[in-house]
Amino acid sequence: MTDLLTRRQVVAGISLLGLGALVGCDSSGSLSFKHGKDMSNQILGRSFKLKDPQGNEITLSSFRGSMPMVFFGFTQCPAVCPTTLARAVQIKKLMGKDADFLQVIFITLDPERDTPEVLDAYVKAFDPSFVALSGTLEETAQTAKEFGVFYEKIPSGDTYTLSHTATSYVYDSRGVLRLGLSHSLSAKECAEDLLTVMEVC
Amino acid sequence: MRSTFANAMVAKPLNRALALLMLLGAALPVAAQTVVDDAWVRATVPHQASTGAFMKVTASSDSTLLRVESPAAKTVQIHQSQMKNDVMSMQPVSSIALPAGKTVMLEPASYHVMLIDLVKQVKEGDEVPLTLVVEDAKGQQERINVVAPARALNMPDHDHMPDHAHMSGHMHME
Repeated sequence: MTDLLTRRQVVAGISLLGLGALVGCDSSGSLSFKHGKDMSNQILGRSFKLKDPQGNEITLSSFRGSMPMVFFGFTQCPAVCPTTLARAVQIKKLMGKDADFLQVIFITLDPERDTPEVLDAYVKAFDPSFVALSGTLEETAQTAKEFGVFYEKIPSGDTYTLSHTATSYVYDSRGVLRLGLSHSLSAKECAEDLLTVMEVC
Repeated sequence: MRSTFANAMVAKPLNRALALLMLLGAALPVAAQTVVDDAWVRATVPHQASTGAFMKVTASSDSTLLRVESPAAKTVQIHQSQMKNDVMSMQPVSSIALPAGKTVMLEPASYHVMLIDLVKQVKEGDEVPLTLVVEDAKGQQERINVVAPARALNMPDHDHMPDHAHMSGHMHME
Protein backbone atom coordinates (compact mmCIF):
# COMPACT_ATOMS: atom_id res chain seq x y z
CA MET A 1 0.00 0.00 0.00
CA THR A 2 2.69 2.41 1.05
CA ASP A 3 4.49 1.57 -2.16
CA LEU A 4 1.43 2.39 -4.22
CA LEU A 5 0.90 5.71 -2.51
CA THR A 6 4.48 6.61 -3.01
CA ARG A 7 4.17 5.81 -6.68
CA ARG A 8 1.04 7.95 -6.91
CA GLN A 9 2.81 10.81 -5.24
CA VAL A 10 5.66 10.47 -7.65
CA VAL A 11 3.27 10.45 -10.59
CA ALA A 12 1.52 13.53 -9.23
CA GLY A 13 4.85 15.23 -8.83
CA ILE A 14 5.76 14.42 -12.41
CA SER A 15 2.44 15.77 -13.61
CA LEU A 16 3.02 18.99 -11.75
CA LEU A 17 6.42 19.27 -13.32
CA GLY A 18 4.78 18.69 -16.66
CA LEU A 19 2.31 21.48 -15.99
CA GLY A 20 5.17 23.75 -15.10
CA ALA A 21 6.76 23.00 -18.43
CA LEU A 22 3.46 23.72 -20.17
CA VAL A 23 3.19 27.08 -18.50
CA GLY A 24 6.61 27.83 -19.88
CA CYS A 25 5.41 26.99 -23.39
CA ASP A 26 5.24 29.79 -25.84
CA SER A 27 2.43 28.75 -28.12
CA SER A 28 1.90 31.95 -30.02
CA GLY A 29 5.33 33.33 -30.77
CA SER A 30 7.30 32.49 -33.81
CA LEU A 31 10.53 30.56 -33.56
CA SER A 32 13.81 31.23 -35.20
CA PHE A 33 15.35 28.19 -36.83
CA LYS A 34 18.84 28.00 -38.22
CA HIS A 35 17.92 25.89 -41.23
CA GLY A 36 14.24 25.03 -41.55
CA LYS A 37 11.19 27.21 -42.07
CA ASP A 38 9.26 28.53 -39.09
CA MET A 39 5.64 27.48 -39.52
CA SER A 40 4.42 28.53 -36.06
CA ASN A 41 1.88 30.89 -37.56
CA GLN A 42 0.37 28.34 -39.90
CA ILE A 43 -2.41 25.97 -39.03
CA LEU A 44 -1.96 22.78 -40.98
CA GLY A 45 -2.85 19.17 -40.44
CA ARG A 46 -5.14 19.76 -37.48
CA SER A 47 -8.04 17.61 -38.55
CA PHE A 48 -6.74 14.71 -40.60
CA LYS A 49 -8.08 11.28 -39.74
CA LEU A 50 -6.23 8.29 -41.19
CA LYS A 51 -5.56 4.66 -40.32
CA ASP A 52 -2.40 2.94 -39.15
CA PRO A 53 -1.55 -0.46 -40.67
CA GLN A 54 -3.38 -2.18 -37.81
CA GLY A 55 -6.57 -0.34 -38.74
CA ASN A 56 -6.62 2.07 -35.79
CA GLU A 57 -7.98 5.52 -36.47
CA ILE A 58 -5.21 8.08 -36.01
CA THR A 59 -5.40 11.86 -35.70
CA LEU A 60 -2.78 14.45 -34.83
CA SER A 61 -3.82 14.26 -31.16
CA SER A 62 -2.86 10.58 -31.14
CA PHE A 63 0.72 11.83 -30.99
CA ARG A 64 0.25 14.38 -28.22
CA GLY A 65 3.21 14.38 -25.87
CA SER A 66 5.67 13.51 -28.60
CA MET A 67 7.16 15.64 -31.37
CA PRO A 68 5.52 14.39 -34.59
CA MET A 69 7.42 14.77 -37.84
CA VAL A 70 5.10 14.14 -40.79
CA PHE A 71 6.31 13.26 -44.27
CA PHE A 72 4.27 12.38 -47.37
CA GLY A 73 5.40 9.85 -49.96
CA PHE A 74 4.85 6.42 -51.48
CA THR A 75 6.81 3.18 -51.22
CA GLN A 76 7.56 2.94 -54.97
CA CYS A 77 9.31 6.28 -54.71
CA PRO A 78 12.92 5.89 -55.86
CA ALA A 79 14.52 8.92 -54.36
CA VAL A 80 13.09 11.35 -51.93
CA CYS A 81 11.11 8.93 -49.74
CA PRO A 82 13.85 6.47 -48.80
CA THR A 83 16.38 9.28 -48.41
CA THR A 84 14.05 11.29 -46.17
CA LEU A 85 13.28 8.26 -44.00
CA ALA A 86 16.98 7.36 -43.88
CA ARG A 87 17.68 10.95 -42.86
CA ALA A 88 15.11 10.59 -40.07
CA VAL A 89 17.05 7.56 -38.81
CA GLN A 90 20.24 9.64 -38.76
CA ILE A 91 18.42 12.51 -37.04
CA LYS A 92 17.33 10.13 -34.26
CA LYS A 93 20.92 8.97 -33.82
CA LEU A 94 22.11 12.58 -33.57
CA MET A 95 19.40 13.43 -31.01
CA GLY A 96 20.69 10.79 -28.60
CA LYS A 97 18.44 10.36 -25.59
CA ASP A 98 15.94 12.90 -26.92
CA ALA A 99 15.31 10.70 -29.96
CA ASP A 100 12.43 8.84 -28.31
CA PHE A 101 10.52 12.11 -28.27
CA LEU A 102 10.52 12.34 -32.07
CA GLN A 103 7.68 10.43 -33.76
CA VAL A 104 8.24 9.92 -37.45
CA ILE A 105 4.99 9.61 -39.42
CA PHE A 106 4.90 8.56 -43.08
CA ILE A 107 1.62 9.27 -44.90
CA THR A 108 1.19 7.50 -48.23
CA LEU A 109 0.01 9.49 -51.25
CA ASP A 110 -0.51 6.22 -53.11
CA PRO A 111 -3.13 4.27 -51.13
CA GLU A 112 -4.08 2.32 -54.24
CA ARG A 113 -0.76 0.49 -54.29
CA ASP A 114 0.53 0.94 -50.75
CA THR A 115 -1.32 -1.74 -48.83
CA PRO A 116 -1.10 -1.57 -45.02
CA GLU A 117 1.28 -4.58 -45.05
CA VAL A 118 3.72 -3.03 -47.54
CA LEU A 119 3.56 0.33 -45.78
CA ASP A 120 4.24 -1.16 -42.37
CA ALA A 121 7.17 -3.27 -43.60
CA TYR A 122 8.53 -0.27 -45.50
CA VAL A 123 8.68 2.21 -42.62
CA LYS A 124 9.79 -0.42 -40.12
CA ALA A 125 12.71 -1.33 -42.40
CA PHE A 126 14.02 2.09 -41.46
CA ASP A 127 13.08 2.19 -37.78
CA PRO A 128 10.62 0.06 -35.80
CA SER A 129 9.23 3.21 -34.14
CA PHE A 130 8.17 4.84 -37.43
CA VAL A 131 4.44 4.95 -38.09
CA ALA A 132 2.78 4.68 -41.52
CA LEU A 133 -0.67 6.11 -42.15
CA SER A 134 -3.06 5.74 -45.05
CA GLY A 135 -6.59 6.62 -46.04
CA THR A 136 -8.96 6.26 -48.93
CA LEU A 137 -8.23 8.25 -52.08
CA GLU A 138 -10.56 10.99 -50.83
CA GLU A 139 -9.06 11.03 -47.33
CA THR A 140 -5.57 11.16 -48.85
CA ALA A 141 -6.51 14.09 -51.08
CA GLN A 142 -8.13 15.87 -48.16
CA THR A 143 -5.12 15.33 -45.89
CA ALA A 144 -2.66 16.53 -48.54
CA LYS A 145 -4.81 19.62 -49.09
CA GLU A 146 -4.88 20.28 -45.38
CA PHE A 147 -1.08 20.23 -45.28
CA GLY A 148 -0.69 22.19 -48.49
CA VAL A 149 1.10 19.17 -49.93
CA PHE A 150 1.20 19.03 -53.71
CA TYR A 151 1.05 15.64 -55.41
CA GLU A 152 0.31 14.50 -58.89
CA LYS A 153 0.09 11.16 -60.67
CA ILE A 154 2.43 10.97 -63.65
CA PRO A 155 1.41 8.30 -66.15
CA SER A 156 4.31 6.18 -67.30
CA GLY A 157 3.47 3.43 -69.77
CA ASP A 158 1.05 1.02 -68.12
CA THR A 159 1.86 2.38 -64.72
CA TYR A 160 2.37 5.70 -62.94
CA THR A 161 4.70 7.49 -60.61
CA LEU A 162 4.08 10.45 -58.32
CA SER A 163 5.49 13.93 -58.03
CA HIS A 164 5.06 15.32 -54.54
CA THR A 165 6.12 17.82 -51.89
CA ALA A 166 9.20 16.63 -50.04
CA THR A 167 8.85 18.76 -46.89
CA SER A 168 8.77 17.22 -43.41
CA TYR A 169 6.32 18.95 -41.03
CA VAL A 170 7.19 19.08 -37.33
CA TYR A 171 4.73 19.71 -34.47
CA ASP A 172 5.50 20.46 -30.86
CA SER A 173 4.27 18.19 -28.08
CA ARG A 174 0.92 20.01 -27.91
CA GLY A 175 0.17 19.65 -31.59
CA VAL A 176 1.19 23.14 -32.69
CA LEU A 177 2.85 23.15 -36.09
CA ARG A 178 6.34 24.57 -35.73
CA LEU A 179 8.81 23.65 -38.41
CA GLY A 180 9.07 22.75 -42.09
CA LEU A 181 12.20 20.81 -43.03
CA SER A 182 13.19 20.85 -46.68
CA HIS A 183 14.57 17.75 -48.34
CA SER A 184 17.85 19.54 -49.01
CA LEU A 185 18.75 19.82 -45.31
CA SER A 186 21.21 17.40 -43.76
CA ALA A 187 20.38 15.23 -40.74
CA LYS A 188 22.57 17.46 -38.58
CA GLU A 189 20.77 20.62 -39.67
CA CYS A 190 17.39 19.00 -39.02
CA ALA A 191 18.49 17.75 -35.58
CA GLU A 192 19.59 21.26 -34.59
CA ASP A 193 16.20 22.73 -35.48
CA LEU A 194 14.33 19.88 -33.80
CA LEU A 195 16.16 20.64 -30.56
CA THR A 196 14.92 24.23 -30.89
CA VAL A 197 11.33 22.91 -31.10
CA MET A 198 11.98 20.80 -28.01
CA GLU A 199 13.27 23.79 -26.04
CA VAL A 200 10.02 25.63 -26.59
CA CYS A 201 7.78 22.73 -25.64
CA MET B 1 20.56 -15.73 -66.84
CA ARG B 2 23.62 -17.81 -65.90
CA SER B 3 25.98 -16.08 -68.25
CA THR B 4 24.72 -12.67 -67.24
CA PHE B 5 25.32 -13.55 -63.64
CA ALA B 6 28.79 -14.79 -64.47
CA ASN B 7 29.59 -11.48 -66.15
CA ALA B 8 28.48 -9.69 -63.16
CA MET B 9 30.67 -11.60 -60.83
CA VAL B 10 33.38 -9.17 -61.87
CA ALA B 11 33.69 -6.69 -59.04
CA LYS B 12 32.81 -3.06 -59.72
CA PRO B 13 36.35 -1.65 -59.66
CA LEU B 14 37.29 -4.12 -62.38
CA ASN B 15 34.69 -2.79 -64.80
CA ARG B 16 37.00 -0.17 -66.21
CA ALA B 17 39.89 -2.60 -66.49
CA LEU B 18 37.61 -5.09 -68.16
CA ALA B 19 36.42 -2.49 -70.61
CA LEU B 20 40.00 -1.63 -71.41
CA LEU B 21 40.86 -5.27 -71.95
CA MET B 22 37.88 -5.60 -74.22
CA LEU B 23 39.08 -2.58 -76.17
CA LEU B 24 42.57 -4.01 -76.53
CA GLY B 25 41.31 -7.45 -77.33
CA ALA B 26 38.91 -6.36 -80.02
CA ALA B 27 40.39 -7.20 -83.41
CA LEU B 28 37.93 -5.00 -85.26
CA PRO B 29 37.83 -1.25 -84.75
CA VAL B 30 35.11 -0.62 -82.24
CA ALA B 31 32.96 2.41 -82.77
CA ALA B 32 32.11 3.15 -79.18
CA GLN B 33 32.60 1.79 -75.72
CA THR B 34 30.44 2.60 -72.77
CA VAL B 35 31.59 1.96 -69.23
CA VAL B 36 29.21 1.48 -66.34
CA ASP B 37 30.47 1.98 -62.78
CA ASP B 38 29.04 1.63 -59.29
CA ALA B 39 25.71 0.16 -60.34
CA TRP B 40 23.34 -0.59 -57.47
CA VAL B 41 19.68 -1.27 -56.84
CA ARG B 42 17.72 -0.26 -53.76
CA ALA B 43 16.44 -3.29 -51.86
CA THR B 44 12.68 -3.61 -51.27
CA VAL B 45 10.30 -4.95 -48.64
CA PRO B 46 8.02 -7.91 -49.51
CA HIS B 47 5.31 -7.04 -52.07
CA GLN B 48 6.80 -3.65 -52.87
CA ALA B 49 6.18 -3.47 -56.62
CA SER B 50 9.06 -1.37 -57.84
CA THR B 51 12.44 0.10 -57.03
CA GLY B 52 15.23 2.17 -58.55
CA ALA B 53 18.59 1.27 -60.09
CA PHE B 54 21.49 3.71 -60.08
CA MET B 55 24.94 3.86 -61.73
CA LYS B 56 27.53 6.00 -63.47
CA VAL B 57 27.65 5.74 -67.26
CA THR B 58 30.51 7.00 -69.42
CA ALA B 59 30.49 6.66 -73.21
CA SER B 60 33.70 7.04 -75.24
CA SER B 61 31.89 8.86 -78.06
CA ASP B 62 28.65 10.85 -78.16
CA SER B 63 25.98 8.24 -77.57
CA THR B 64 22.47 7.74 -76.28
CA LEU B 65 21.21 5.37 -73.63
CA LEU B 66 18.14 3.98 -75.38
CA ARG B 67 16.83 1.61 -72.77
CA VAL B 68 17.67 -0.71 -69.92
CA GLU B 69 16.53 -4.32 -69.71
CA SER B 70 16.36 -6.60 -66.69
CA PRO B 71 14.89 -10.01 -65.90
CA ALA B 72 14.20 -8.70 -62.38
CA ALA B 73 11.15 -6.66 -63.45
CA LYS B 74 8.35 -6.86 -65.98
CA THR B 75 8.83 -3.22 -66.97
CA VAL B 76 12.01 -1.18 -66.97
CA GLN B 77 11.83 2.56 -67.59
CA ILE B 78 14.18 5.51 -67.44
CA HIS B 79 12.88 8.32 -65.23
CA GLN B 80 14.11 11.72 -64.25
CA SER B 81 13.60 13.33 -60.84
CA GLN B 82 13.81 17.04 -60.36
CA MET B 83 13.55 19.03 -57.16
CA LYS B 84 11.93 22.43 -57.37
CA ASN B 85 10.52 24.39 -54.41
CA ASP B 86 10.85 21.23 -52.32
CA VAL B 87 8.58 19.34 -54.72
CA MET B 88 10.17 16.21 -56.17
CA SER B 89 8.80 15.69 -59.64
CA MET B 90 9.18 12.52 -61.65
CA GLN B 91 8.78 11.86 -65.30
CA PRO B 92 9.64 9.09 -67.72
CA VAL B 93 12.17 10.01 -70.41
CA SER B 94 12.67 8.25 -73.72
CA SER B 95 16.47 8.23 -73.56
CA ILE B 96 19.51 9.84 -71.95
CA ALA B 97 22.26 11.66 -73.84
CA LEU B 98 25.76 10.36 -73.07
CA PRO B 99 28.25 13.03 -74.21
CA ALA B 100 31.69 11.66 -75.10
CA GLY B 101 33.90 11.12 -72.09
CA LYS B 102 31.43 12.63 -69.66
CA THR B 103 30.22 10.59 -66.72
CA VAL B 104 26.44 10.74 -66.49
CA MET B 105 25.13 9.97 -63.01
CA LEU B 106 22.04 7.83 -62.77
CA GLU B 107 21.05 8.53 -59.19
CA PRO B 108 18.01 9.14 -56.99
CA ALA B 109 17.88 12.90 -57.52
CA SER B 110 18.40 12.80 -61.27
CA TYR B 111 18.03 10.25 -64.05
CA HIS B 112 17.49 6.75 -62.76
CA VAL B 113 16.26 3.39 -63.89
CA MET B 114 12.91 2.20 -62.55
CA LEU B 115 12.34 -1.52 -62.15
CA ILE B 116 8.56 -1.79 -62.19
CA ASP B 117 6.49 -4.87 -61.30
CA LEU B 118 9.37 -6.72 -59.73
CA VAL B 119 9.43 -10.46 -60.31
CA LYS B 120 10.34 -10.95 -56.66
CA GLN B 121 11.50 -9.02 -53.62
CA VAL B 122 14.97 -7.50 -54.02
CA LYS B 123 16.91 -8.29 -50.87
CA GLU B 124 20.02 -6.57 -49.66
CA GLY B 125 23.02 -8.29 -51.27
CA ASP B 126 21.04 -9.70 -54.22
CA GLU B 127 22.71 -9.27 -57.58
CA VAL B 128 20.37 -7.75 -60.15
CA PRO B 129 21.31 -8.20 -63.83
CA LEU B 130 20.85 -5.11 -65.99
CA THR B 131 21.52 -4.64 -69.70
CA LEU B 132 22.06 -1.14 -71.04
CA VAL B 133 21.36 -0.59 -74.74
CA VAL B 134 23.48 2.30 -76.00
CA GLU B 135 23.56 3.73 -79.51
CA ASP B 136 26.42 5.84 -80.83
CA ALA B 137 26.16 8.74 -83.30
CA LYS B 138 26.54 6.35 -86.25
CA GLY B 139 23.58 4.33 -85.13
CA GLN B 140 25.62 1.38 -83.90
CA GLN B 141 24.19 -0.27 -80.84
CA GLU B 142 26.05 -1.95 -78.03
CA ARG B 143 24.68 -3.91 -75.11
CA ILE B 144 26.40 -3.58 -71.76
CA ASN B 145 25.66 -6.23 -69.15
CA VAL B 146 26.15 -5.26 -65.53
CA VAL B 147 25.12 -6.79 -62.27
CA ALA B 148 23.95 -4.31 -59.70
CA PRO B 149 24.19 -5.36 -56.05
CA ALA B 150 21.16 -4.49 -53.93
CA ARG B 151 21.91 -2.04 -51.17
CA ALA B 152 19.80 -1.75 -48.03
CA LEU B 153 16.53 0.11 -48.40
CA ASN B 154 17.49 2.38 -45.53
CA MET B 155 20.94 3.25 -46.84
CA PRO B 156 21.48 6.94 -46.15
CA ASP B 157 22.69 8.58 -49.34
CA HIS B 158 21.04 11.91 -48.79
CA ASP B 159 24.17 13.82 -47.96
CA HIS B 160 25.62 13.09 -51.36
CA MET B 161 22.60 14.23 -53.29
CA PRO B 162 22.99 18.00 -53.62
CA ASP B 163 26.39 17.72 -55.35
CA HIS B 164 25.21 15.11 -57.78
CA ALA B 165 21.99 16.94 -58.47
CA HIS B 166 24.09 19.94 -59.36
CA MET B 167 26.25 17.93 -61.74
CA SER B 168 23.33 16.33 -63.46
CA GLY B 169 21.92 19.76 -64.12
CA HIS B 170 24.35 20.04 -67.00
CA MET B 171 23.10 16.94 -68.75
CA HIS B 172 20.66 17.12 -71.57
CA MET B 173 17.47 15.22 -72.06
CA GLU B 174 16.56 13.88 -75.48
